[in-house]
Amino acid sequence: MTPALKVENLVTELALRRGVLRPVDGVSFHVDPSETLGIVGESGSGKSMTCLSLLRLLPKPGGRIASGSVVVGGRDLTRLSEEELARDWRGRRISMVTQDPMTSLNPVYTVGDQVGAPLRYHRLAEGMRAVRAGAAAVLGRVRIPSPESRLDEYPHQFSGGMRQRVVSAMAIACEPEVMIADEPTSNLDVTIQVKMIDLYRKIQEETGVAIVLITHDMGVAASICDRIAVMYAGRIVETGPARRIFRAPAHPYTRALLDSIPRLGRKSRRLTALGGQPPDLANPPTGCRFAPRCALRVAKCAAYPPDAALGEGHSAACWLAGNEADHAA
Amino acid sequence: MASYFARRVFQGLLSIVGASLVIFLITRLSGDPVVLMLPPEAPEEVVRQVRESLRLDLPIWEQYLGFAWDALHGDFGRSYRWQMPALDLILERLPATLYLSVVALAFSMVIAVPFGVLSAVYRGSWFDRFAKGFAMLGQAMPNFWIGLLMIMLFSVKLGWLPAFGAGTPAHVIMPAIALGWYPVAAQTRIVRSAMLDVLDSDYIRMGRSVGAPERVLVWKYALRNAAIPLVTMQGVYFAAMLGGSFVVEVVFAWPGMGRTVVEALFSRDFPVVQAGVLFSAVVFVAANLLVDLSYGFIDPRIRHGR
Repeated sequence: MTPALKVENLVTELALRRGVLRPVDGVSFHVDPSETLGIVGESGSGKSMTCLSLLRLLPKPGGRIASGSVVVGGRDLTRLSEEELARDWRGRRISMVTQDPMTSLNPVYTVGDQVGAPLRYHRLAEGMRAVRAGAAAVLGRVRIPSPESRLDEYPHQFSGGMRQRVVSAMAIACEPEVMIADEPTSNLDVTIQVKMIDLYRKIQEETGVAIVLITHDMGVAASICDRIAVMYAGRIVETGPARRIFRAPAHPYTRALLDSIPRLGRKSRRLTALGGQPPDLANPPTGCRFAPRCALRVAKCAAYPPDAALGEGHSAACWLAGNEADHAA
Repeated sequence: MASYFARRVFQGLLSIVGASLVIFLITRLSGDPVVLMLPPEAPEEVVRQVRESLRLDLPIWEQYLGFAWDALHGDFGRSYRWQMPALDLILERLPATLYLSVVALAFSMVIAVPFGVLSAVYRGSWFDRFAKGFAMLGQAMPNFWIGLLMIMLFSVKLGWLPAFGAGTPAHVIMPAIALGWYPVAAQTRIVRSAMLDVLDSDYIRMGRSVGAPERVLVWKYALRNAAIPLVTMQGVYFAAMLGGSFVVEVVFAWPGMGRTVVEALFSRDFPVVQAGVLFSAVVFVAANLLVDLSYGFIDPRIRHGR
């Protein structure tokens, strides 16, 4: 199957006053149609930067894609002109759901105007009536009750969960092949989180959209993702089917992440907190970036480990993966 | 919203009363108008009679109460000099002043909005620096000086524009620029910083992510948000225009209220000064009330009482 999105060796640089950072440093992954890939990691691991890089929405000035490719529909988005990207790609074939529903909608325009915007810009609806009808239909698809009556309302008249539905409606309006969702549920109440995840699953069934879900919440990742990529300090350290990542994590960092989640029904074992801080990206360690915090560190860790293939598309960038690690755990 | 509005109306009325008190006292500190009205050799008896007829012999608080009572009934007294009701004189000259102020304010916006927007979009560029310099120039030079320089260049040297008077649209150009250049600096700064905030916001990024063209993002989605602080300031700028027009009208011999009041001041024509200043205060308060109301049109959150 041709992947809906294929990212290869993506390097993103951020020029700050204290130097050039690489929040995304050689990231590769792919997502198939109708598949959900979860990118998990701590804050500052480069998840959000990866997601902004895919649509080339990096902060300006200072942010840029230094190298690598982002391929959707056979075209490398990193090589398109800004105009072409806006006209034919953003919102049309690859879209994004931003993190905070309270700030992602323009306060002075109606919800109908904003949800209709992608239809208008990509000429999927011409004329005011068609755009309104289209916007109402999309709001219906994100399960907003009586959508026609809410088109002329403003964002502040919607609750947080409803706003996130509106944002999601903007993202799916043109039925893109890929949707990037950056922490779409982390600012919502837990009960609403469950509904949103349910909604994404239904939208995916209906449209076959490939979803890249960025989250720091392993519970959310477990409930919706087919595959998981674990990010640490700008690199993907482990990737594989969700089932395998949760049952047999191969990278010590993934294990530490999983150990920090409380679980129901398990005998009250103390949650382990991971000591130390992620490395300074202005001056990353030369070898394995997790080594300074790793309990299983060995001499070889001074060199960056290659991805060890563990079968079923599972791989981990750790010298111990596939052999000693299993015994050590 | 209604109680908020009522509160603002009450505050406005208080300001008007305050203004009337201040102007009444200050004009009376400037000297005795009767001395200017009569020839120096006029007999004592006549001077006293004139003073009595103008109620200038009463204690000052009685004079003020009489003035306030009459003013409430629309009577500001008769101009000592022109021998007509002071209010009629002011109202006759008011349209010219409002016309000049509105054109000046429009000029400042026409410059400040694009300058502010483009400065924010291309921050740190040569345009950003040019806009800042141009705006500062207007703030650094007094408006009568700008007026005189323009008269020298465009009227005397080039002969493009009339140096003084009113009547044709060409007459308003130079006074409006002289008057409207001053607030350009502050307005450009407001628009620029508001645009910088807004362009960095999540909703603009969201708009970009659905494929909105950059031009639409900047001039439609961002500008309407950035306009809120600008509109907030318009009442203040309009007042600055009215105040500034007193001097500019004299420079360009513009037949407005400001020039009339300045002339009246020189001849201690108290009723005209009082009527003019009080009227400015009323216009100022009304302009600010209108601004308060206009928020609702721009920002739906205020319209819906949040």
